[in-house]
Amino acid sequence: MNSLIINNHQTVRVAAIPESDYKSFLEFNTGLIINHPERHCVLYFGYRTDDEIRLIICIADDNEHNIIVSSAVVSEDSILDSFSAKVLAFEKFEREIHENFGIKYTDHPWLKPVRYSASREDKSDTIANYPFYGIDSEELHEVGVGPVHAGIIEPGHFRFVCNGEQVLHLEIQLGYQHRGVENLFLEKKKLIQRTTLAECIAGDSVIGHTSAFAFLLESMGGLPASRELIFSRTLAQELERIAVHTGDLSAICTDIAYQLGSSVLGRLRTPIVNFFQEWCGNRLAKGLVRTGYNPYPFTRYLAERLTTILDAFEPDFIEINNELSRLPSSLSRFERTGMLSYDQLLNIGTVGMSARMNTLVRDIRISHPYGLYSEFNHEPVIKHHGDVYSRVQIRKQEVLQSIAYIRQLLANLPESTGYSEKPLALAPDSFGISLTEGWRGEICHACITDQKGEMKIYKIKDPSFHNWLALALAVRNNEISDFPVSNKSFDLSYCGHDL
Amino acid sequence: MLQTLKILYHQGKQYIPDLRAAKVPGIFRGRPEISLEKVDETLLAEVCPTNAILTGPVRIDLGRCTFCGECTRLFPHKIKFTTDYRLATNERGGLIIHEGTNSPVRLNNDLVRNEIHKIFSGSLKLRQVSAAGDNSTELELNATGNVNFDIGRYGIEFVASPRHADGIVITGPVSENMAEPLQITYDAVPSPKIIILAGCDAISGGIFEGSPALNRKFIEENHIDLYIPGNPVHPLTFINGVLDLLGITP
Repeated sequence: MNSLIINNHQTVRVAAIPESDYKSFLEFNTGLIINHPERHCVLYFGYRTDDEIRLIICIADDNEHNIIVSSAVVSEDSILDSFSAKVLAFEKFEREIHENFGIKYTDHPWLKPVRYSASREDKSDTIANYPFYGIDSEELHEVGVGPVHAGIIEPGHFRFVCNGEQVLHLEIQLGYQHRGVENLFLEKKKLIQRTTLAECIAGDSVIGHTSAFAFLLESMGGLPASRELIFSRTLAQELERIAVHTGDLSAICTDIAYQLGSSVLGRLRTPIVNFFQEWCGNRLAKGLVRTGYNPYPFTRYLAERLTTILDAFEPDFIEINNELSRLPSSLSRFERTGMLSYDQLLNIGTVGMSARMNTLVRDIRISHPYGLYSEFNHEPVIKHHGDVYSRVQIRKQEVLQSIAYIRQLLANLPESTGYSEKPLALAPDSFGISLTEGWRGEICHACITDQKGEMKIYKIKDPSFHNWLALALAVRNNEISDFPVSNKSFDLSYCGHDL
Repeated sequence: MLQTLKILYHQGKQYIPDLRAAKVPGIFRGRPEISLEKVDETLLAEVCPTNAILTGPVRIDLGRCTFCGECTRLFPHKIKFTTDYRLATNERGGLIIHEGTNSPVRLNNDLVRNEIHKIFSGSLKLRQVSAAGDNSTELELNATGNVNFDIGRYGIEFVASPRHADGIVITGPVSENMAEPLQITYDAVPSPKIIILAGCDAISGGIFEGSPALNRKFIEENHIDLYIPGNPVHPLTFINGVLDLLGITP
């Protein structure tokens, strides 16, 4: 079957994406993935063309550093054989297609609503009557948690089936955070509106999502980002990684009742987010990334400030992490808790640090490099046990790695190119895709334009879209009291998933 | 034990002594000031992503403002953002900044219900409800309790159950899918109770305003005790807003 091979941040004519019948589409794409751990699906979506649905799949090849794009057209009332029956990693994508267009599958293992989106095909179903999996038994009991949780976190419902204290099964129901973001990208026409939307997809991954958006539009507008822009985005991405990993390590300490770790790591996040404020006026870096220009040039003064901040941060960060890895009371909570095997991660299609926690190398910074990552000789941090401890260790080591990268960046500041805000016109009848490596993992944005160059389709995929299933499977056979620490060690996004 | 003491010693003093007068580092975009300079008002209003700039005369609605800074970048002499983080008030109209008047945003004490000072000023327990919030204001609300900001010193804290709470803090534009859980949470809080809106998404819908996936009935139908602007809300904006509401003076 025909396919089109493109690179990260590349734009092509929509007509150049080969189309085939559904059967060969299915066989071709599942064939690409089965027995090929170096390939995985980064995006699979559908959109209406007249009375039909066009399906487009993007498979990333980590060895070849490219993306394999192919498509098929099916009718709205189709009943199709599912990809998921062959490759589990497609299950969420197919559920989304089912929810949005009403397409049915003969052999999908778990065809349930994804997020009860406002534009769903069947509006008779509401989030209040989600069909949970249940087990009829006198010995087992169910525990329902959420959507409103005990901490200051986003809403989602967790339904546990337990045998005593032991979790047999966990089902995670999302959708509460659905704001209709993808459609808003089409309705809000001004660039600043779309940029603001990108910043609000997931407020903990502002740089990851806004960079993906900006790189995509620059690619589709034929205005490649200057070195100064690429520098700022790379630097900000690594700072965001440091800030969130540090904050999450603090929250993990809270969940195991280690007060000192919680306090120290909590306060260590402060200078990093405060530096964002010094740089761009906002602690979470909203306002920093803009398409085509850099409103807050990175000055020599800022470089000196950041060097001072990191020099003070690093020894304190290492000291508390060494203590955390030494305490028997923390190790007993971390080790062998929330474990997943390499095969499970591969089947689920897990990405980012949740994949790297057990030898599955998924890191866009090395597989589909962008920004200045090709200049770092980046080596992903890989762990081998897939438990909470592995996720704690990854966070710690990635923070130290990011500090090293930032020091490297600061040694060679680019010249400021000032304001050159050219009007951005997107190429007509085109398809563009953009992958970035946020702190959770790969973020994917894609766009299709019409013949006037207006956005026709905007698709967003947060790494959490892949990774929520990993959390649900990780807590099986754990004590239910270990759920909070498992959950926090993944720290997946609700709003990034629900959109 | 020795190691723990060593780590403690290495932290030095981390808390901010005076949360009422703390200075924020850098170029924080807080309360904007609008000069009387003549500009093309239509063009000015057009640059705002959330229609927060009103014309004739020029005003900025902090309930809609995302503090993105686009207006000051393009009209630097017309609009300036100061580092004043005290932005909260209890009147929706109090969030409107007028041109030529550089007065601070303050609470209207006449509108504060009697029971708020009487019952809550010694201890206020809040339940947070993220109703399609993007997790940015949520992160900042968490930060209000860290050792730097330590809002707990005033007896204010976030609690796990609405039944233990004196009020709710809503973040996010309120999605259709969260409308019912929000109502259920509010109903579970014993009276008297307060409602605080944190962030432009909660106050006006922000960039999501008009999306068919939202349901803002709860916000429209209930009395709001405190509006706290921001995108996200700065911890100091939140803390000072709540202290003002409770009538806690330095």
